[in-house]
Amino acid sequence: MISLSHYLTLGALLFCLSVVGIFLNRKNVIILLMSIELMLLAVNLNFVAFSHFLSDGAGQIFVFFILTVAAAEAAIGLAILVVLFRNRQTINVADLDELKG
Amino acid sequence: MSFELFVFYVFAAILVFAASRVITVRNPIFAAMFLVLAFFTCAGIWLLLEAEFLAITLVLVYVGAVMVLFLFVVMMLDVNIEPKREGYVTYLPVGLLVGAIMLLEMVFLITQRYFKSENFPAPERAGAEVSNTQELGRLLYSEYLFQFEIAAVILLVAIVAAIALTLRSRPETKYQKPSEQIAATKEQRLRVVQMPSEKR
Repeated sequence: MISLSHYLTLGALLFCLSVVGIFLNRKNVIILLMSIELMLLAVNLNFVAFSHFLSDGAGQIFVFFILTVAAAEAAIGLAILVVLFRNRQTINVADLDELKG
Repeated sequence: MSFELFVFYVFAAILVFAASRVITVRNPIFAAMFLVLAFFTCAGIWLLLEAEFLAITLVLVYVGAVMVLFLFVVMMLDVNIEPKREGYVTYLPVGLLVGAIMLLEMVFLITQRYFKSENFPAPERAGAEVSNTQELGRLLYSEYLFQFEIAAVILLVAIVAAIALTLRSRPETKYQKPSEQIAATKEQRLRVVQMPSEKR
């Protein structure tokens, strides 16, 4: 029998993997965006699991809205990336040092 | 071990493998492909959780749209891979440390102590006549109608923002200006000339 903790543990594992991914790929914006998508997927997994085990549809509705926002975020993030590449001919994070922060 | 549990473990193993490959492969295209695998496997796990509509939506929206967008951008940008790896070994220990501590902390709370089957018994499997899509649609268009409209506005803003960001006007291309076309008056197009008729 699959218990709720099975799903939650899987979600936690996925979330931590994407956190490690953000640490490892700090130079590569595209893989950073992918790690964020993976993080949202882990959160969605938790929502769907709770929705199933509590027999409440609200969790699935929430996942629906997270999917919407994540799609919008990916579209805008990639558009910014394209503009950045067009202006600077690079998306290497180390080269983006104009602000001198 | 029931068949259901076996399927869950197989899917979970594939999901964790795909996720770990996403963050470790060198080539962004391979990372995108492994992310597709992760989304697909997660859709299978959501099917186990009887969230059929969301599982199909995940495949359609993420695999069909977002990941294709990612692949387009990766191929358009002509990324050279080599310099991206600098700092990989430096950040590996601290990344693994932080990830492991986070995982341990979460697992302490998550494991059988609070969320075991006795506290959260699995609900009865719904019969074939129960439609997840219908249930979700009923909620979405009654209780969550306002939020649904806000989501629509967010998508509209995303469309406008993505187009506005990437739009560039090139001076060498020729294109119509509809506003000028509509604002044109008769005098700009037609000139009535009076001239005397010639004598034979």
